[in-house]
Amino acid sequence: MNALAANHLGRRKRTDLVFRVLAAASAVMVLLALLLILGTILWKSVPALSLSMLTRTPKGGFYLGREGGILNAIVGSVYLALGATALALLLSLPVVLYLNVYKGRTSKTAVWTRFFLDVLWGVPSIVIGAFGFVIMLALGLRASLLAGILTVALLEFPIMSRAIDEVMRLVPRELKDASASLGATRFETAVKVLVRQTAPGILTGVLLAMGRGIGDAASVLFTAGFTDRVPGSLADPAATLPLAIFFQLGTPFPEVQERAYASAAILTLIILVISLAARAMNRKVNRHVVK
Amino acid sequence: MRLLKDALARRAMAVIAALPGLLVLFIVIGLFLRSKAILGVEPLSRFLFSSAWSPMKGEFGLLPFIAGTMWVTLTALALAVPVSILTAIYLSEYAPRWARRAAQPVIDLLAGLPSVVYGAWGVILVVPFVGNVLAPLAGVYSSGYSILAGGIILAIMTFPTIIHVTLEVFASVPRALREASLSLGATKWETTRHVVLRKGAQGILAASVLGFSRALGETMAVLMVVGNVPSVPRSLFDPGYPLPALIANNYGEMMSIPRYDAALMMAALVLMLIVLAFNVLARGILIRVERKVR
Amino acid sequence: MNGDSPISIRNLSVLYGDHLALKDVSLDIPAKRITSIIGPSGCGKTTLLKSLNRLLDTDDGVRVRGQVLLDGEDIYAPRTEVTRIRRKMGLLSQRPQVLPMSIYDNVAYGPRIHGLRSRKELNERVERYLRLAGLWDEVEGRLREPASLLSVGQQQRLCLARGLAVEPEIILGDEPTSALDPQSSQNVERRLLELKRDYTVIVVTHILRQARRIADHIAFLYLGELVEQGPAAEVFAAPKDPRTRAYLTGEIS
Repeated sequence: MNALAANHLGRRKRTDLVFRVLAAASAVMVLLALLLILGTILWKSVPALSLSMLTRTPKGGFYLGREGGILNAIVGSVYLALGATALALLLSLPVVLYLNVYKGRTSKTAVWTRFFLDVLWGVPSIVIGAFGFVIMLALGLRASLLAGILTVALLEFPIMSRAIDEVMRLVPRELKDASASLGATRFETAVKVLVRQTAPGILTGVLLAMGRGIGDAASVLFTAGFTDRVPGSLADPAATLPLAIFFQLGTPFPEVQERAYASAAILTLIILVISLAARAMNRKVNRHVVK
Repeated sequence: MRLLKDALARRAMAVIAALPGLLVLFIVIGLFLRSKAILGVEPLSRFLFSSAWSPMKGEFGLLPFIAGTMWVTLTALALAVPVSILTAIYLSEYAPRWARRAAQPVIDLLAGLPSVVYGAWGVILVVPFVGNVLAPLAGVYSSGYSILAGGIILAIMTFPTIIHVTLEVFASVPRALREASLSLGATKWETTRHVVLRKGAQGILAASVLGFSRALGETMAVLMVVGNVPSVPRSLFDPGYPLPALIANNYGEMMSIPRYDAALMMAALVLMLIVLAFNVLARGILIRVERKVR
Repeated sequence: MNGDSPISIRNLSVLYGDHLALKDVSLDIPAKRITSIIGPSGCGKTTLLKSLNRLLDTDDGVRVRGQVLLDGEDIYAPRTEVTRIRRKMGLLSQRPQVLPMSIYDNVAYGPRIHGLRSRKELNERVERYLRLAGLWDEVEGRLREPASLLSVGQQQRLCLARGLAVEPEIILGDEPTSALDPQSSQNVERRLLELKRDYTVIVVTHILRQARRIADHIAFLYLGELVEQGPAAEVFAAPKDPRTRAYLTGEIS
């Protein structure tokens, strides 16, 4: 009987060990996937990476493996991301302030608004792109920086709103009420207390959304157009980094494909910097917000 | 004066709170208006279930694309769900604190990498791997541009979503409940299996559905490695042509062929509605789970 | 040496990071008696209790020094099998923690895990321990229902039955009545008084009156230190340490 029990215990402990190893192996696999992706992209990009790629626009035969760089796409992406992020912030702030000032966190309106933000976040970017295209036609626009900005703003809006919302929900009720009892109207409370209190958190949300916006290709495919020149106005078409990568990879020339990897490395680096900045900001929030 | 400003702001903000819901509605309506034209020519059933696709002849059957989407997404999910749940189990039940903390930026970065970067990586590594290693192992020929390549990349892209939501679900299982099981002499795995997984079953389901709907709509990365051949795939090593790839690939010529644009917008609408349905399902489950925990 | 004391705590210190939660505690728990650990909240009562069945292991960054001897065997020795230790003790937590399964399965959970497969024996065990926990009459016809449908008081007795079903020697209670209404509390207390015939019972409580009602032996913890211990009658009648006196008269709480 005792031997039987010991045997049984042994089997249970082996099962436990098997699953512990399996679980740990899965976690390691996820980590390896990330490292493999970053490593491959960086390693492949080295031969083509050069300063002139960053500082020059494509010269005629760029896609045939000749002169030039991808300055047009870098600048296009930065313009597009900045514009879209600003526009998305303009939409997000009121929504989030509304959720956190006028409505308690459990009110029905708040629950539904958050629900739809989550749903909107889940809409595929290609669908956002198609919708942006519909809007563009309805407004009589051509594929341009402006149309691209509108579309990407729509993509960033739910991401930014939810991120800022998460931070603002941490601000205790009493703090919002304390200001109200001093005679401030709720509107002023909203703007002054909340925004000041959560400024680093807002920035985190903004950066997070911008990272998403700058990396997305499918949404700007229809709307931003593509050009070899740096856009001069909102009505000009604008090249973007993700699309540049896509097009460069699509050519049959090995040199150009290498440039695609270099472009991908540049884009990854930009995203990395943005997300590191967001993390740093986030750490600041956790230190400052009174809990 | 100040009160007036307050009243105005309140009114304006109420409108703005409805914005997310309205936007979802606008997207559906906008796409529908642009795709209406196709419905006059082609009955919806033929549009959805015919596999004849030749825009030049005016034949728009979406079946190969819907099938391609399902193949790629289900492959991705079959790979991603076990790995993600095991990873979440490791992080929440077994891992030391430092590992848990180190995992956060890894998951965030995986979620933040642009899909073209995933695609580029797929072209470099995954496609040759499938074509030169996996296909010969399975005894078939494949160029590598295949459902499987798309599925592998899509699985990695879905990890963060499923892991993140599953971790939140696990965190909502009270510690004292785990202790109750442990104090009876159960091992960690027994506790995880009988208590944590069972208590979190609905949440895990929601996480998987959410991952599924994320994967359904993913465009560029899949498009770059899946081969884009408009026929219904018959094996993992066949190329496929998912809906998002169809839309993305043909934006150029869609205005020059009659009703092509309407057909593509209809494809976008179909994709939107499928994703919407799964999304609402997942969020609905999650809200219910949250309420029950409270 | 430990003839009448199944658990001997020897110079036990517990550190959470830099915080010393228990300072050099030594205590012999008398067999088949109710020992009550009393003291203000946050003074290490729960930590002491959890150190007895190594539930502290699940906390991050916890260090344990000293020994806990269970039937003469050091449970913190490296080769000690933790599931076997835990099996010797049933735990009642502050709020009843029913497992997400049926009433029957809750009680059968422990025995099944430890390898009991026979349908008949399982049925017998479930009935025996539900009776012992005073719950059988209330749930006899609804064993297949989810345990979460029971009232909180019933749930706590179910947890008691579940703990008993692995046939432990010791019952640990962490303020087991704190979430219950007065009547259910009384019910649980009565069970504990009956159970001490066969089991050694250790109960953490912050209700002094409860300790007076049920305890045979008292251990008073203050700021992580074991200030005083002894037979309940003596401690309550004539506390030796001024801090114990202050606590018993309600000056510190």
